[in-house]
Amino acid sequence: MTDPISISGLNYAYGEGELRRPVLRDVGLRVHAGEVVLLTGPSGSGKTTLLTLIGALRGMQEGSCRVLGRELMGASERERVRLRRSIGFIFQNHNLLGFLTARQNVAMALEVDAAVPERERLERAGAMLAAVGLAGHEDKPPAKLSGGQRQRVAIARALVAAPGLVLADEPTAALDKVSGGEVAHLLRDMAKSRGTPILMVTHDPRILDIADRVVSMEDGRIVEAAVA
Amino acid sequence: MNVIAKPTLLPWAPENTGESNAAPAATPARARGPGLFEHIFLPARLAWRQLRAERARLFSAMAGVMFAAVLVFMQLGFRSALFDSATRLLTAMEAELFLMNPLTVASFRPEPMPRVRAHQALALPEVAQAVPVYLAQSTWRNPEDGSRRAIQMIGFDVEAGAMHFEGLDAIMPALRRVDAVGFDTRSRPEFGDVGRLFAERGPFEVQVGNRMVEVAGLVSIGPSFGADGNLVMSEVNFRRMVRERQASNTDLVAIRLQPGADIAAAQARLREILPPDVLVLTHEQLVAHERHYWETATPIGFIFAFGSIMGLIVGMVIVYQILFSDIANHLREYATLKAIGYSNGYLARVVMAAALILAVIGFLPGAALCVWLYDVVAGATFLPLAMTFERAGLVFALIFGMCAAAGLLAMRKLRDASPADMF
Repeated sequence: MTDPISISGLNYAYGEGELRRPVLRDVGLRVHAGEVVLLTGPSGSGKTTLLTLIGALRGMQEGSCRVLGRELMGASERERVRLRRSIGFIFQNHNLLGFLTARQNVAMALEVDAAVPERERLERAGAMLAAVGLAGHEDKPPAKLSGGQRQRVAIARALVAAPGLVLADEPTAALDKVSGGEVAHLLRDMAKSRGTPILMVTHDPRILDIADRVVSMEDGRIVEAAVA
Repeated sequence: MNVIAKPTLLPWAPENTGESNAAPAATPARARGPGLFEHIFLPARLAWRQLRAERARLFSAMAGVMFAAVLVFMQLGFRSALFDSATRLLTAMEAELFLMNPLTVASFRPEPMPRVRAHQALALPEVAQAVPVYLAQSTWRNPEDGSRRAIQMIGFDVEAGAMHFEGLDAIMPALRRVDAVGFDTRSRPEFGDVGRLFAERGPFEVQVGNRMVEVAGLVSIGPSFGADGNLVMSEVNFRRMVRERQASNTDLVAIRLQPGADIAAAQARLREILPPDVLVLTHEQLVAHERHYWETATPIGFIFAFGSIMGLIVGMVIVYQILFSDIANHLREYATLKAIGYSNGYLARVVMAAALILAVIGFLPGAALCVWLYDVVAGATFLPLAMTFERAGLVFALIFGMCAAAGLLAMRKLRDASPADMF
């Protein structure tokens, strides 16, 4: 079992009793090594819930979900926190810490493992920022960067700790067409060059070209898995 | 499902994720690497960077902690000044042992005891001197404007050396004169500027009670909550001024032992030979007895403790508010940190570190301000207010505890930072 994501028979519901509302029904999905998979579908189809379950941000209810070789069904909070450290997250909004510089923000992804010395953390963060084309902007706070630049910092933060998987939720939603396309391609290229698989939720038809495979969801089910 | 050709070593392979057989190798490295220092320092640094980013909020938090520190410092300062000043008269006495009526609750309201107990005490070979001390309050007419005010009179054998007040030795011969008294220059100013008058005129007459007496010299004792001013005089002059007292009664007996005598043994032997109508107390016990009165029999000790607690609660609410709104405003950022693998414990340490940083940066200016305020207040009230290391340490511990409590309360808000809501 070497697939970074392997899901079968996954069910998930919000609410209790009468108000119980299933959002994921018998979902099965595999993401293979080095693959870029886009997850699309209308609002409320359960994409984001699925992404949070894979990202170990939410506890499982039913089914099996193995991420990076670890079964999440029945995993403790502690195990989930540990797993999250080997996943790179990219959010719709950059979610950078406003009181830290770009470099410090990226270094935060390394600081979680205190075994890495401070100097090495900052060096790796600087190198990663240069790789996303932000050389010279390392010491600026997020407020002094453009939207596209902030999302690049977020990409650097997601990738700096050499994660085994990148999960992204509409990373281009807040960007205009040009910078959205740039960011999406940058993310794809960076991940490909490292062999890191990406699972990205998106509504954005402009970036479908980065995908190896597009998976569509509707009403909590996976309805179509096509190679783009 | 389409399968892509697999590279030779996958990034999520167990060897790379720290799973399976790689895990035992990774564990010792992890245990060796991050020490306690990183465990505390990294969250603290993050907390400081976050606090520093918003100056206005930081200053208001600092002002809040400072306010609490000043309030507690003042309350504790007054409290200790009260106890110090209330016992100052007794502290100034130089004898090793004291006899006192068991019914005496405080020195400004003494119960009389038989004077003969002093003579009985002399039966012990180790007792060198047994000096009766007379205490009474009377009224003093201000020599400048004629107003009257209660004053504490202390009568004793001035030459026995059982009492030590600053300036007493110099005026000892003058106090032998009929109706001569020594005036405490640290008495409150409402008694008149006796020090200046004395310097100008030399010995002069004032009215104490219904009698004209001579101010023959000056001593330095200091007012207390029980008495605003003090007069010292010889035993004989005391009897002249307080006519209604029986000569066979006294208020306190100060006992000086032979040099090198064992105080505890002498106390035990005195206890054996004296009837139960007197207490035999060491100097510390006498001071503690007086202190006990002020602490328990009056609301004053309680009032200051209560004031301190109020200050701490107000400070805690301020710090809690600051920390709480800090977390609420940065909820997304905390949730992001949780999403990228920071544990609840780490974020809790960030909040605690923020609380403790506020404690330190609020306490330091608060303590500095209080050193100055103590001076100002001591000048206005004539109370012995001064900053001590013990009190600074105590207040810091209280402020630290206050901030930690506020941090613990604010930490509950961290639960609202749910990484699942980030997408």
